[in-house]
Amino acid sequence: MTATATPVAPRTNGASIAHRLFVVRELGIALALVLLIGVTFAVNTRFLNAQNVKDLLLGSSILAILAVGQAIVIITRNVDLSVGSILGLAAFATGAMFQSSPNLPIPVAIIIGMALGALCGAVNGGLIAAARVPALVVTLGTLYVFRGVDYTWATGRQINAADMPASFLHMGTTTVLGVPVLALFAVVVLAGAGIFLRSYRSGRELYAIGSDPDAARLYGIPVGRRVFWAFVASGALAGLAGVLHAARFGTIDANAGLGSELNVVAAVVVGGVAIFGGSGSVYGAALGAVLLTTIGSALPVLGINPFWQRAAVGVLILAAIGLDRSLAVRMARRLRGGSARGA
Amino acid sequence: MPPVLALEGVSKSFGAVAALRDVRLELRAGEAHALVGENGAGKSTLVKILAGVHAPDSGKVLLDGAAVTFGGPAEARAAGIAVIYQEPTLFPDLSVAENIFMGRQPLRRGRRIDSAATRTRAAELFTRLGVRIDPDRPARGLSIADQQLVEIAKALSANARVLVMDEPTAALSGVEVERLFAVARSLRDEGAAVLFISHRFDEVFDLCQRITVMRDGRWISTDDAADVTVDTVIRTMVGRELSTLYPKVAAEPGDTRLEVRGLTRWGYFDDVTFDVRGGEIVALAGLVGAGRSEVVRAVFGIDRPDAGEVRVEGRRLPLGDTPAAIAAGLALVPEDRRQQGLVMELSVERNATLPRRWALAKAGLLVGGAERRSAATWAERLQVKAGHPTDPVSTLSGGNQQKVVLAKWLSTQPRVLIVDEPTRGIDVGTKAEVHRLLSELAANGVAVLMVSSELPEVLGMADRVLVMHEGRLVADIARAEADEESVMFAATGQKEEA
Repeated sequence: MTATATPVAPRTNGASIAHRLFVVRELGIALALVLLIGVTFAVNTRFLNAQNVKDLLLGSSILAILAVGQAIVIITRNVDLSVGSILGLAAFATGAMFQSSPNLPIPVAIIIGMALGALCGAVNGGLIAAARVPALVVTLGTLYVFRGVDYTWATGRQINAADMPASFLHMGTTTVLGVPVLALFAVVVLAGAGIFLRSYRSGRELYAIGSDPDAARLYGIPVGRRVFWAFVASGALAGLAGVLHAARFGTIDANAGLGSELNVVAAVVVGGVAIFGGSGSVYGAALGAVLLTTIGSALPVLGINPFWQRAAVGVLILAAIGLDRSLAVRMARRLRGGSARGA
Repeated sequence: MPPVLALEGVSKSFGAVAALRDVRLELRAGEAHALVGENGAGKSTLVKILAGVHAPDSGKVLLDGAAVTFGGPAEARAAGIAVIYQEPTLFPDLSVAENIFMGRQPLRRGRRIDSAATRTRAAELFTRLGVRIDPDRPARGLSIADQQLVEIAKALSANARVLVMDEPTAALSGVEVERLFAVARSLRDEGAAVLFISHRFDEVFDLCQRITVMRDGRWISTDDAADVTVDTVIRTMVGRELSTLYPKVAAEPGDTRLEVRGLTRWGYFDDVTFDVRGGEIVALAGLVGAGRSEVVRAVFGIDRPDAGEVRVEGRRLPLGDTPAAIAAGLALVPEDRRQQGLVMELSVERNATLPRRWALAKAGLLVGGAERRSAATWAERLQVKAGHPTDPVSTLSGGNQQKVVLAKWLSTQPRVLIVDEPTRGIDVGTKAEVHRLLSELAANGVAVLMVSSELPEVLGMADRVLVMHEGRLVADIARAEADEESVMFAATGQKEEA
């Protein structure tokens, strides 16, 4: 009898908590970012001068683009460990293209880089969807395969700034109204992915898949196809990141982006995307990327040994997971209506 | 007028196992149709064919008299077939409204989802169903009953012409079942065809006009409900005479085996005191949520109680210590066998010998087929029907899985056996076997404590009935005085003695 009488009030309560939780996830990380910048600024006001802000934005743009792609994949309860290798491959390809045809228009270079990344993503997605092998294993494999292709192609060569057109390198550092072009790329990617995931049926289906893959299959959601395209998207964005990497640094060898996959996953997790899928947003992931980059440049300013940076990132990951867990527990308790015996 | 949905000569095999053989079924508009059969009779496979999850190997699916092939669940849903599975299939992270309209969300310009309209329409559905569920809350944390209602709302939103319900009431309380049935009836009266699968015959006869019986993957009979009785249906289902469903053998109670004194876990149950003697079957009855499962979990040491004591044969058990409870001779067959009773991926023999893996091992190693021999003995005694003892236990039917759980604990030769809903979701034939087994155990001097929500089972099996209401033990009724009225009276918290 209690079961029918009590739940009425907590139900309305539950919704506001759920809303708050969504806001909290992104707000928490934004707050941490503001706090970090505020403290660092108080210690040294030069931290926020134009040059340093520009460097911060430049530094986080590429990571943010990778994080957006990774978030799309993680939301479906998968993971893409090959993004660092795809970035390296696309960066080297960009350099090689400009070497052989210096007059290649920049948009074409970008499209080719993204297409190469998308192809790599299609290999990942195809193996995962068709062979039903866990993404962790498949992308761990392709991490080495793509990097191996990169090494074989480069054969120890290095492509220098002199080999690439000045206009292309200019794109990597220039600003429009004070905002680096790279950051604009990131914003466009972020907005596109954000709207897609929030407002399109197939975008919502990605969340459904991550939330309960078996239920998604029973419901008739084309799980394999959606996951495939999520990996293609992640690959294409890693390809884009590779082209931008080439433009920004000018010097490319086969080691570009080596080991960056773990930074990307860290940014996504710190940004509040649940590692088991189903919840979180690309906005959070991008904020995570900005936060990780900011820590990197804030620690020296704060007089902390930069060797601590990795430990700080680790603490952040643990804090993000801890926060996530405690919020989930608290929400579950409230949603259950506080009545311990509620049926 | 042709039936809305029909199966003709449908067969389906999985590997070498034939799940369905030449099955037929006709669902008519404005009619509720019951599908009954023992577990493993092929009902779930049939549901999945109707739902478009499986395609039949041979035979035809007819929609309004025309043969159709569903390419997947989405196509079946588009054809107006809504399926409510035994275990609701919601997406826990998404809002209730999104769950209802997933893949069919109302759109605005540019094919973008109109989330305001999604929410409004979900709220309208809940108003129509007469329930209060906030469309914005996530599906995580909804009670099973509310999850079923969300599934119903899904079916309503799709203007389903066929509503298939696969044991929707297994986990519901009486009030919730009534509400579900009210909705099913109104859908039926508006011209939908309803297919209802259940082990509860009172519900079947309450709701349905026609009854189809299946056995061993075959169609056996379809009759008007008015022409058959519970007895004839059960006989058709099992294909043999059932002497009696509840074969309790009288046994002389022996010494007190289990003593529970003042057991309390804040917020769950309070000051629970009772004894169980050897040779006795004591039932713990009460409404869903009264705290029965919580009490037995605390006795077994899974949850740590806040106060009280538990004694087995006079020796006090440390609270919240399951290994000590097992060592003292307690065994618990849990409520949810899939989650708590079995390791689904492990083989039948591994599962059956799990609690005794140390006793069977030589120098810490399980060698020489000790597991196999022990498992074979028990599988035979309990008549477990499994392809091979090394098959994963997940491949067995529900009834046979339950037997494996029983075998697992019986092989430890417990002094006190606690069974929580021992026959939930298992078929009539196996049910009778489980009852006979419990009765035998008691006759051999084991103390049996049984949690059950099925009143006939409680009344048929128990020497004494303990009744809980809102976390308190409110009645201790001897077999002679126990009847439906006295138990329900206590369970609903009425003060006067019946």
